[in-house]
Amino acid sequence: MSDMDDMDDGSGIVKKFMFLNRKAPHGTVYALEGLEVVLITAAFDQDVSMVFTDDGVYQLLKGIDTKGIEVKDFSKTYRALDGYDIEKLYVDQASLDARGLAEDDLIVDVTVLSVDEMANLMAEQDVVISF
Amino acid sequence: MLHIVNKSATDRGSLESCLAMATKGSAVLLIEDAVYAATTGGAAAAKIQAAAADLKIYALGPDLAARGMAARVLDGVNVVDYAGFVDLVAEHKSCQSWL
Repeated sequence: MSDMDDMDDGSGIVKKFMFLNRKAPHGTVYALEGLEVVLITAAFDQDVSMVFTDDGVYQLLKGIDTKGIEVKDFSKTYRALDGYDIEKLYVDQASLDARGLAEDDLIVDVTVLSVDEMANLMAEQDVVISF
Repeated sequence: MLHIVNKSATDRGSLESCLAMATKGSAVLLIEDAVYAATTGGAAAAKIQAAAADLKIYALGPDLAARGMAARVLDGVNVVDYAGFVDLVAEHKSCQSWL
C-alpha cells in the first residue's frame, strides 16, 4: 500500500460515474472532450461506465480515416480504454438500429442494451455527465 | 441554387428544412455530420433517395472517410472532394447554408 492510500483524504470513495455520449465525432468537439474527461476520471479509480446513444454510436465506427479533414483520429483511443480499467462500454440498440448499424461495425467490444436496460443503468449512477 | 447542410439529420432538422425548400434542379451538398444522411441503412436514406429524383445530391468525401462511412454511400449520391466543393459553389448563382 502506498503512502497516498494511507492518507485520510477521502480517496477511498468510489462513485459510479456514467459518461453519456450523444454526439457524432468531428462535427462538434463533444466526443473528443468527453473522451479526455473519461481518461482523467479513470486516474481517480472511479467506477466508470461509458454510454453511447443517439449519434454517439457513430463515435465507435470502424474504418474512420481523418487524414482528409486534418483532425486527430481519436477513435483508436477507445481501444486503449481497457488499459485504463474502463471496460464498461454500453451502446443503445435502438440507436444502432436507426442508423443501420450493428455491433460488428464497432471498433471495440461493447454491451448492447435496450432502452429499458439503459434507463436502469442510468438510474443507479451517482453521477451522470453528458457530452 | 446550392444548398449546403452540415448537421446530422438524426440530431437536427436542418436536412428536412433544406429538402422542403430546395426546388427542382437545385443541388444539395452534405458536409460534416450531414454526410451520415447519404449512407445506407440510416433513417434519412429513404429521404435522400426520394430527393435525388428532383435534386442533385452531393456529399463531401473527406467528411465521409473521417466518419468511417466512405464504403456506405447511397446510390445516386455524388461524392466530391474539396476542389469539387469549390466548383459547386462557383457553378451556382447562389448558396444557402442550413446552419
